[in-house]
Amino acid sequence: MKLFVAVALAAGMTTGAFAQTAPKADPAKVEQIVKTMFAKAGPEWASVITPDETIMTCTMTGNAPSTKQYDDILAREKKTVVMPADGNVMGDWKKGETVAQRGTGGQFTDKPDTYRGGNCYACHELAAKEVSYGTLGPSLKAYGKDRKFAADEAKTAYAKIYNSQSVLPCSQMPRFGHNKFLTEQQIKDVVAYLFDPESPVNK
Amino acid sequence: MKRHSRLAAMAAGLTAALALFTGLAGAQQPALSDAEKEIERYRAMINDPMANPGFLFVDRGEVLWSQKRGTKNVSLETCDLGEGPGKLEGAYAKLPRYFKDADKVMDLEQRLLWCMKTVQDLDTADIIKRRFGNPNFTSDMQDLVGFIANKSNGMKYVPQLSHPKEQEMLAVGTALFNRRGGSQDFSCATCHGESGKRIRLQGLPDFSKPTKDARDTMGGWPTYRVSQSQLRTMQHRLWDCYRQMRHPIPEYGSDGITALTVYMVKMGEGAEITVPSIKR
Repeated sequence: MKLFVAVALAAGMTTGAFAQTAPKADPAKVEQIVKTMFAKAGPEWASVITPDETIMTCTMTGNAPSTKQYDDILAREKKTVVMPADGNVMGDWKKGETVAQRGTGGQFTDKPDTYRGGNCYACHELAAKEVSYGTLGPSLKAYGKDRKFAADEAKTAYAKIYNSQSVLPCSQMPRFGHNKFLTEQQIKDVVAYLFDPESPVNK
Repeated sequence: MKRHSRLAAMAAGLTAALALFTGLAGAQQPALSDAEKEIERYRAMINDPMANPGFLFVDRGEVLWSQKRGTKNVSLETCDLGEGPGKLEGAYAKLPRYFKDADKVMDLEQRLLWCMKTVQDLDTADIIKRRFGNPNFTSDMQDLVGFIANKSNGMKYVPQLSHPKEQEMLAVGTALFNRRGGSQDFSCATCHGESGKRIRLQGLPDFSKPTKDARDTMGGWPTYRVSQSQLRTMQHRLWDCYRQMRHPIPEYGSDGITALTVYMVKMGEGAEITVPSIKR
């Protein structure tokens, strides 16, 4: 239970939030208002209108799932992770830096072929030389070095970037692979950015 | 005209100041606390009401308010924004609120569209097309909101929650704020759920509960955006939030935006209104 609370806090659950004590809205009314607000959204936006079971559970519990919900999410999301066929999770760290720096793509003002970045720096500290980093997620400075560049740690990182919910239910982090936002190669490049000894993340 | 060219010169000066500021931040040299001090210094520099081009929009809004338009050829001066027909003082401080004639909760922009239709019988399609101004055209809505919101200056936001439909909209707004989805599984709370967080170097106001962040934010909208040379309203701010969240375009004047605004006003309860403010 202690572990569960720590995990819930790490996932971004805030204490004293207005939503915890406020009267709950009728879910049917919320759904109707969402549909009207996004009335002209095409089928590509379906996951906004009807989020999947995992994300709905996170929403309904304020990102603090019960122990059962927590286990259900882990089991369900683990099954979705597709590891690279040849087992190699390490790409090119230089390309990974581009993925980490760029925050374009996927916005309604973007074109379908706009480059999609992982925007890691929006939320995480990575390379020490980059001072423009956000603080919504934990610092990832020296990530690979701190893990002795271990191959199994790199695989876990790949799985977490592919589907954060498969490692930490109700994490605030996007499911970059599961939601098909980044390609397998891009995720491999980011793993290399975290785990290559030559990467500035480990300098 | 003289005043307009003076304002244009000021806008150019501010843009130059912004470029200078961006250059400083881009150099990546100063320690973080220095960068934050620079941001504060920049904010203080542009926060001079006498040099705020947002008042150009307020002036245009004043003209639009009394201009006879629509098939009925009347002005908006009999429009009831909640405090009585034509009464503007303090109206913005009590919006969104329930309107009996429309039997719904409306924010200022929904209400203005309603008045344009019912009072003036004005074709609002063109108004909605021009909802967000750009270098090619001005926005009647931005101008009117600037003018009307300015009439609540010095007053405090008073959330209107006595009517059951107002309470329902607060509950819906709370749900929308926390509702995750889309390609990033984001909700508003992902970025605005905790105090003291930032994206890159940009500080994020905490809207998960009543906070000073929320009061500072709500007391300063509508705002003149130096980087866009436009007076932006809360409708535009939330349109931009949904863009960054990788959600689809929210319909202008939809009930979802109003519900979120009801929620935000509640989190910013007691905020003193000083508008138009000026931001980067």
